[in-house]
Amino acid sequence: MLNFIARRILATVPVLAIVAVLVFLLLRLTPGDPAAILAGDAASTEQIARIRVSLGLDRPIIVQFGIWIGHLLTGDLGESFFYKIQVTELIAQRLEPTLSLATLTMVFAVLVSVPLGVIAAWRFGGWFDRALMGFSVLGFSIPVFVLAYILIWIVSLKLGWLPVQGYRRIADGFWPYLQHLILPAITLSVIFIALIARVTRASVLEALGEDYIRTARAKGLRESKVLIRHALANAAVPIVTVIGIGIALLIGGVVVTESVYAIPGLGRLTVDAVLARDFPTIQGVILFFSLLYVGVNLLVDLSYVFLDPRIRY
Amino acid sequence: MSAPQTKAGALGTLSVESADVRITETAWQRVTKNWSVRIGGAALALLVLIAVSAPWLGTVDPTLFDAASRDLVPGKPGVITTLDGDIIKHKFWFGSDSYGRDIYSRVMYGTRVSLIVAILAALLSLAFGIVCGLSAGYLRWLDGILMRFMDGLMAIPAILIAIALVAMWRGSLTTVIIAIAIPEIPRVTRLVRSLVLTIREEPYVEAAVALGTPTWKIMFGHILPNTIAPLVVQGTYICAAAILVESILSFLGVGLPPDIPTWGNIMAEGRPQFNQYPHNIFIPGVFLAITVLAVNILGDGLRDTLDPKMAKRV
Repeated sequence: MLNFIARRILATVPVLAIVAVLVFLLLRLTPGDPAAILAGDAASTEQIARIRVSLGLDRPIIVQFGIWIGHLLTGDLGESFFYKIQVTELIAQRLEPTLSLATLTMVFAVLVSVPLGVIAAWRFGGWFDRALMGFSVLGFSIPVFVLAYILIWIVSLKLGWLPVQGYRRIADGFWPYLQHLILPAITLSVIFIALIARVTRASVLEALGEDYIRTARAKGLRESKVLIRHALANAAVPIVTVIGIGIALLIGGVVVTESVYAIPGLGRLTVDAVLARDFPTIQGVILFFSLLYVGVNLLVDLSYVFLDPRIRY
Repeated sequence: MSAPQTKAGALGTLSVESADVRITETAWQRVTKNWSVRIGGAALALLVLIAVSAPWLGTVDPTLFDAASRDLVPGKPGVITTLDGDIIKHKFWFGSDSYGRDIYSRVMYGTRVSLIVAILAALLSLAFGIVCGLSAGYLRWLDGILMRFMDGLMAIPAILIAIALVAMWRGSLTTVIIAIAIPEIPRVTRLVRSLVLTIREEPYVEAAVALGTPTWKIMFGHILPNTIAPLVVQGTYICAAAILVESILSFLGVGLPPDIPTWGNIMAEGRPQFNQYPHNIFIPGVFLAITVLAVNILGDGLRDTLDPKMAKRV
């Protein structure tokens, strides 16, 4: 078991190394002087010269990569030219809104979609099943920002139930904090509800065809117990897998949702950094999100062992 | 759409009657009989028609603006100044934006951008993905390196790659298409590679190898034709993703320049005044959602008819 965990963690090293190479190359392959690009449009000649020396831009590219990785491993992502602070510090500042939004979205999506998927599989072919499948195609198709504006229009502007946009820190009180997150989380969760409900339905349906389900029914088990204790439990692995894959989708969604709802998180930071051509920040955010994605999928892989006792490594 | 239908289909073919139907039916007949394909295809055909005939649908030049016709609600008449300085009367079916540009014309012309980006991004990522996938599946020495590289590329969320690339190169139609296509390449590569690994074990490939057929000829002549059905399905889904990503890039202000009529740009322009003039966002939004929906429905239909194995995988 420990052996497996160690091997699985080691396996992420090459992936992260390639991510680092890609992010490094992203800037080097751009036409123009990387030092000038990194320093930003408003930089003086001295600032550019200083960056050139610190990155070793006069040396061979492989040495440059070495220097860059060295900085990276000590947690030095460089200084944002726009915000004039360390990128790591900037990311730390913006972490709370994004993590709050992402967590709330995922929790809400799982709580809604898993029961829906189970019911659809249980009543396979019925009206509920058809409605859910129709909704899921719709959920995949409606762009997250269009949905955001529809919800703002109805819930905030017409009904006046929730604030239109903005963010309150959790330290400023739990209710205002939650109030500002409800709409963004619902907006972002729709695509996950579509995705997870579909996978839950398919996996539960497959499990329902197994012999042990017939046995469970034959011994007179209540239908709810058959569905949850036997069918759903055996469908857990694909459901958790799709949540792991969905993290990439979530990150993309966070970028858009935070922009529409004016939430000062990492997604908003990404867009602001791109608009300001703040390259150290762009690199830092991409690295951070990729690390998050790889990390979550590592946890997903490790969770298989607990979810399905048949899986042994 | 998913497992059970395929299951039902598979069971159905066991009976004598449907087995007969299967033999006499070509793939094309099966596809055109499918209602998802029909509905999605019809909606898309209509959109293509709009894109092609945009200049003749009662539109004006989508970049023309007139200060006298700013912020009109849908259906209001107004005026537009042409480049020659002529002032023409025009009815603003979908209203006008804060520059006094006709939203109806911009939405109609915007169809072109969405469809061009979708098709070219899909073709580009399919082309690269096919070459990479065939190489990885057929050339052992390349497999490890190439697939690790693809794993790394997949670990960076697609939208971030697209945003970063467009930021580097500045937005133009070419850069937007390339930036959208690149993050899709790993998925195509994986698909092609897995197909190749299955197909290369088939007897006809072994026979070709035994006859001394050159490797490139086996790859493109024997293996590639057998990957077409799943690739058509995958390509359709890439089209849907490309339309969404393009609109997101424009909406965030990092895609095509704001004067080019794209659905995302129209919405981005309408953002500050959403409170008073929500149609600036809702009308292009509806077109966007319908287009993506049509492509997805078409994709589901194609998947069910062309690629039952994929349908089983959700």
